[in-house]
Amino acid sequence: MRFKSLLAAIVFGGSVLGSTQALSATEIQWWHAMGGRLGEVVNEIAENYNASQSDVVVVPTYKGGYEDTMTAGIAAFRAKEQPHIIQIFDAGAATIINAKGATVPVADLMKDFNIDDYIPGVRYFYADSAGKMIGLPFNSSTPLLYYNKDAFAEAGIENPPTTWEEFETIAPKLKEAGYIALAQSHSPWIFSENFHSRHNIQLATGNNGYDSTDVELLYNNDHMKMHWTKVKEWLDAGYYGFYGRAWGDNQDAFVQKKVAMWLGSSGSFGGLTKSAEFKFGATFLPYWESIIKEPKGTFIGGAALFAMSGHDDAEYDAVADFFAYMTASENQVFWHKETGYVPITQAAYADAKKEGYYESTPDAEIGILQLSQPGGEWTKGYRLGYYVQIRDVMYKHFDDIFSGSASVDDAFASMEKESNALLKRFNDTYK
Amino acid sequence: MKRVQFEHSAIPYLFVAPQIVIIVIFFLWPAAQAIYQSFLLEDAWGLSSQFVWFRNYADTILSESWLQAAGFTLVFSTLVTFLSLSLALLLAVKANEVIRGASTYKTTLMWAYAIAPPVAGLMGNLMFNPLIGDLYKFFNAIGWDFNHKLDSFDAGFVVVLISVWKQVSVNFIFFLSGLQGIPKSVNEASMMDCRSPTRRFWTITFPLLAPTTFFLMVINITYAFFETFGIIDTTTRGAPGGATNTLVFKVFQDGFRGADLGGSSAQSVVLMLIVLALTVVQFRFIERKVHY
Repeated sequence: MRFKSLLAAIVFGGSVLGSTQALSATEIQWWHAMGGRLGEVVNEIAENYNASQSDVVVVPTYKGGYEDTMTAGIAAFRAKEQPHIIQIFDAGAATIINAKGATVPVADLMKDFNIDDYIPGVRYFYADSAGKMIGLPFNSSTPLLYYNKDAFAEAGIENPPTTWEEFETIAPKLKEAGYIALAQSHSPWIFSENFHSRHNIQLATGNNGYDSTDVELLYNNDHMKMHWTKVKEWLDAGYYGFYGRAWGDNQDAFVQKKVAMWLGSSGSFGGLTKSAEFKFGATFLPYWESIIKEPKGTFIGGAALFAMSGHDDAEYDAVADFFAYMTASENQVFWHKETGYVPITQAAYADAKKEGYYESTPDAEIGILQLSQPGGEWTKGYRLGYYVQIRDVMYKHFDDIFSGSASVDDAFASMEKESNALLKRFNDTYK
Repeated sequence: MKRVQFEHSAIPYLFVAPQIVIIVIFFLWPAAQAIYQSFLLEDAWGLSSQFVWFRNYADTILSESWLQAAGFTLVFSTLVTFLSLSLALLLAVKANEVIRGASTYKTTLMWAYAIAPPVAGLMGNLMFNPLIGDLYKFFNAIGWDFNHKLDSFDAGFVVVLISVWKQVSVNFIFFLSGLQGIPKSVNEASMMDCRSPTRRFWTITFPLLAPTTFFLMVINITYAFFETFGIIDTTTRGAPGGATNTLVFKVFQDGFRGADLGGSSAQSVVLMLIVLALTVVQFRFIERKVHY
């Protein structure tokens, strides 16, 4: 395997050198945060693209995790050595979009751009307040509930819960069968951001932050506090497992059959198929029937590709050409199948459906279905500055709720205060 | 008195030049940059910036999370310095007395010296993993309701334990060579005067080790302040609830993860001042008691 990828790297490197020298093609630097298997797929896409034409050579470079990639891009931009394309994650979107002149909107870049070609859940997350798409959604996922079918059979439960009310009725049965009912891997993303989307609740002033940077966070609301009061009760009753903030530690608890249900990403599907030694299924993110009768869709997590400013027209043409290639249906289907991320265009979704992919692997469709559920006023996403730090603030107070060192009311009050101080700093910096 | 003026030669300057160049490039220049940045409110990409005097300092240093990190850093550094010095001293004294298999003991104790802090952190992380960690299971098995993911004391215990473990062997090496540098005749003379080994240690050996201890104290405090970053980053990352966040980790979080350059610079300037003040205190007040 290692030898194979090494060989591929040599061949690929050779072909890059060869083509630049021979044809003086436009070289496009693409910095991304996709490690492991995902990185291999990224390289494959770039290789296929480079082989498909001779004018442009795309050079993907892995820069580490999401934050590392953004930091590398910032440092490079300040040194005027920025790549043409950079992958920026959801929480960093405000940092690049609100800085005037850091990026060239994808809607301006691509010819024949039509936002309606994209599936509803991904359209506006990386758009500006006027609905113009700035970043091209790349690896898009959405939170899903995974459940251990064997554990459910042992506990005598037929179906996974669709609501949290149902969850409360089955959790004791799972406990009796020796399982902790639920764990979850990203409380800001799943239990806060998408909680608001699912229940169609506003999460920040200024149109969830899309209209202005002078905004305040609205997490300190009764629905959120009710939910977290419940989560704390579940934790104390042994229905909820908390294995730290790290994504993998909570997923491992599911893989090792400590917990019967796990809230993760639709992109986790591929990995689980390999690591879980039991039958598992995926279903929609549960909601509170007491808050909403007909739940709304969720929005995406993951990251988008941004074209960085400061390059010449020929290079932007090349970037546009590559973006067109990336969004072409067959390449989206390839990406979708290889990684588990959702296809971002309607056409790709239709093609995947047509070729019968979801008949053989129905769970792979759940993410798209959830993203395509009817949207509400507050389901398009959020645009909040210093959101990386705000997420840290949230984690901090969620820890305090779990450990019992702060009451739910106090934790949310402090969270609001600290987050709003960060938002104010961001507004003063980027206005 | 007649002053003797030697002829100046350029050669000494040439010899110190590489060191000076390194200090300028890797310390003075970045430090100056940090001070400059700490007065600016600037977007991450450097596209717009405004001079805001001490706003960054006020925003960060007065925030609850910074004060919490400062408190933890203080406790953490004191514990790590004290524990790793005293444990290493105890081990060195005992290893120095061993006659049979002395080199085996010494090698075993020095062994962890070459381990980098992040590696020590990763190892600790595995041992304390709630699902597979042996130490996690052990502590829970002996009746300690141990959960470092939720309990701040337990989390602090984990990072202190790993940091001390990693540092003990470094200190051990220095203490051991310090002990071996004490002339035999002094020890023999003291043995004739005093029967109690404990008393001999505190009145003769320890004062003679004072220069080593002082030197180690300085580098251990620096270690606890800065180098333990790798351990925090690979284990708790400041959790739970910011209880194990150190000042240097917060600088990293705000600057490198959060892209808040001004706030992060202000924090690093303050951190620099704290360590500077600590070092001055050490040299002025503690070094006086050290006899070389």
